[in-house]
Amino acid sequence: MAEPIIDFDKVNKWYGNDFHVLRDIDLKVLPGERIVVCGPSGSGKSTLIRCINALEEYQQGKIVVDGVVLGDDVKAIDAVRRQVGMVFQQFNLFPHLTVLDNLTLAPMWVARMPKAEAEERAMQQLRRVRIEEQARKYPLQLSGGQQQRVAIARALCLTPKIMLFDEPTSALDPEMIKEVLDVMVEMADQGITMICVTHEMGFAKAVADRVIFMDEGQIVEQNTPAQFFDNPQSERSKDFLSKILGH
Amino acid sequence: MTSRSDDHDDHDAPRGHADRSADAEAPGDRVASTANLVGATGARFKPIEPQPAPVKTEGMVPWIRANLFGGWISALVTIAIALLLLRGAYWAIDWGLLNAVFRPDADVCQAARGTGACWGVVAEKYRLIVFGRYPFDQQWRPLVATVVLVALLVVSCVRRFWKVWLAPLWAVVVVGFFVLMLGGVLGLAPVPTDQWGGLPLTVMLATFGIVLAYPLAIVVALGRRSSLPAIRSLCVIYIELVRGVPLISVLFMASFMFPLFMPAGKSPDVLIRVLVGITLFSGAYLAEVVRGGLQAIPKGQIEAAQSLGLAYWQTQRKIVLPQALAMVVPGIMNSFIAIFKDTSLVTIVSLYELTGALGLALNSDADWRPFKVEGYLFIAAIYFVFCLSMSRYSLWIEHQLGRSKTR
Repeated sequence: MAEPIIDFDKVNKWYGNDFHVLRDIDLKVLPGERIVVCGPSGSGKSTLIRCINALEEYQQGKIVVDGVVLGDDVKAIDAVRRQVGMVFQQFNLFPHLTVLDNLTLAPMWVARMPKAEAEERAMQQLRRVRIEEQARKYPLQLSGGQQQRVAIARALCLTPKIMLFDEPTSALDPEMIKEVLDVMVEMADQGITMICVTHEMGFAKAVADRVIFMDEGQIVEQNTPAQFFDNPQSERSKDFLSKILGH
Repeated sequence: MTSRSDDHDDHDAPRGHADRSADAEAPGDRVASTANLVGATGARFKPIEPQPAPVKTEGMVPWIRANLFGGWISALVTIAIALLLLRGAYWAIDWGLLNAVFRPDADVCQAARGTGACWGVVAEKYRLIVFGRYPFDQQWRPLVATVVLVALLVVSCVRRFWKVWLAPLWAVVVVGFFVLMLGGVLGLAPVPTDQWGGLPLTVMLATFGIVLAYPLAIVVALGRRSSLPAIRSLCVIYIELVRGVPLISVLFMASFMFPLFMPAGKSPDVLIRVLVGITLFSGAYLAEVVRGGLQAIPKGQIEAAQSLGLAYWQTQRKIVLPQALAMVVPGIMNSFIAIFKDTSLVTIVSLYELTGALGLALNSDADWRPFKVEGYLFIAAIYFVFCLSMSRYSLWIEHQLGRSKTR
């Protein structure tokens, strides 16, 4: 069996003293694996994936990403962040920079790439998400779906090994969800490790190798999408599925 | 042809005309087809009833009618205010121009007191007002130094000149400014700083106060939001201490108290001490303005920068500060203008900048002492020109920064 690229070992996290947001998380993700994380709001799924690029600290246990232990070492965290791209629910594009400058920022300042090379790579990624004609515009001049595709392109510019998606389509108008999901499906076909927090069950069925269901800070159930959707094991996942598939 | 004329009504002139000229081969045909047209539809030409011309809603006259004379009350208020304004303008022109004395003649000025302004006081004393106690025959030096400094300030404000050479140019101009003002080298007679005065001193204190306080404020504002408790408390203590005392007392301490704690003769020049005092004072206020901008940056922006692998200072420089400072441009410019005018307080420590130099010029001369109002109007105009330029520049900056937000 191959070495996992992400390894959670008995991870516990509290917000403040009393809110136990992650409980004894054990999770191994193999390189190239595509995982969908779902669960009710407040179940800790966003916190889980935000731990992978150290946007959140944890108090107990151990997280190893790409062979690097996440702890207090700032250098180690920077090394991990270069390997991990992240896409946020609210896009979080930099509104004072053009689309192109949003994309070249990290290659130029983190990877110390010459400007011409960074721009060439940025245009390549923009073509990949089919939005290269908007390169000179500012983010707020684009639609939500376009902005999220720019955000995906931005995260891909440093050619990360792992991509994290934190509810990438939840802030979008319904008719824009598809254009973003299409881009994500294409990415999934190219063998990048993907962890996606989403309630888009169609997407989960189409691309996920594994669905992880979380509730109250615990991983309640994990299974292949076919098994999870057709034959959920726990009462809570049955209840959750009936709610999100019922409407 | 007839079926077509059913589709298009008779008044569809251009189309009808085109049809006819296309179909017509001889003049006779044209008459026939026209007759056909009327005959086939059975419609008769009916002119539209004449209507009154539309009421003009744009332009100056309708605007005045709508906004100034919209009703009886509105009209009365308009007339009353117009009369007041006219009265004021009449008085100002009468006093300031028609009955004014422009010659530097104290006796004529005395005679005109109460009925006309005495601009002669400015003509007589402007060298003393503008340059203070700087030696009279050397006053070309502060003139050149100040003009060059102001020119550099203007150049630095224009985006096109934000190039690498601007930094060394500043170094050259600053050194040149002090060499020219201080003298003692290159055959220039030495002029100690306590003889500096007037507008050059005002411009110098304001420029260096602003240029030094701005970066200080940014560092302090970031420090106050630091996650390191020691740095955070240091910044809070500095801001609260400095904001808790008036500028006059800061200047007073810088000028009189500070030397007491230094070994005799080792204390830096009073001008430097005062400049440091102004910088520290303004820095605290500016820091709070900047912090307001920092607080408005959504957390997601910082998280996005972190997730891309940007380090702390890169995140601040590339993501946080450009957006935070853009949001507080009006507040920053407010502080800059306040610094410019607060320099007038250095008179308290015997540095005679523009306001102090005016007092110096008039108090020492019994003939001209009565004409302070004219003198103050003169320097008020100078202050106004500087402050208005700053305020206009800030509007231009806001306009430039707003471009990324327009859809």
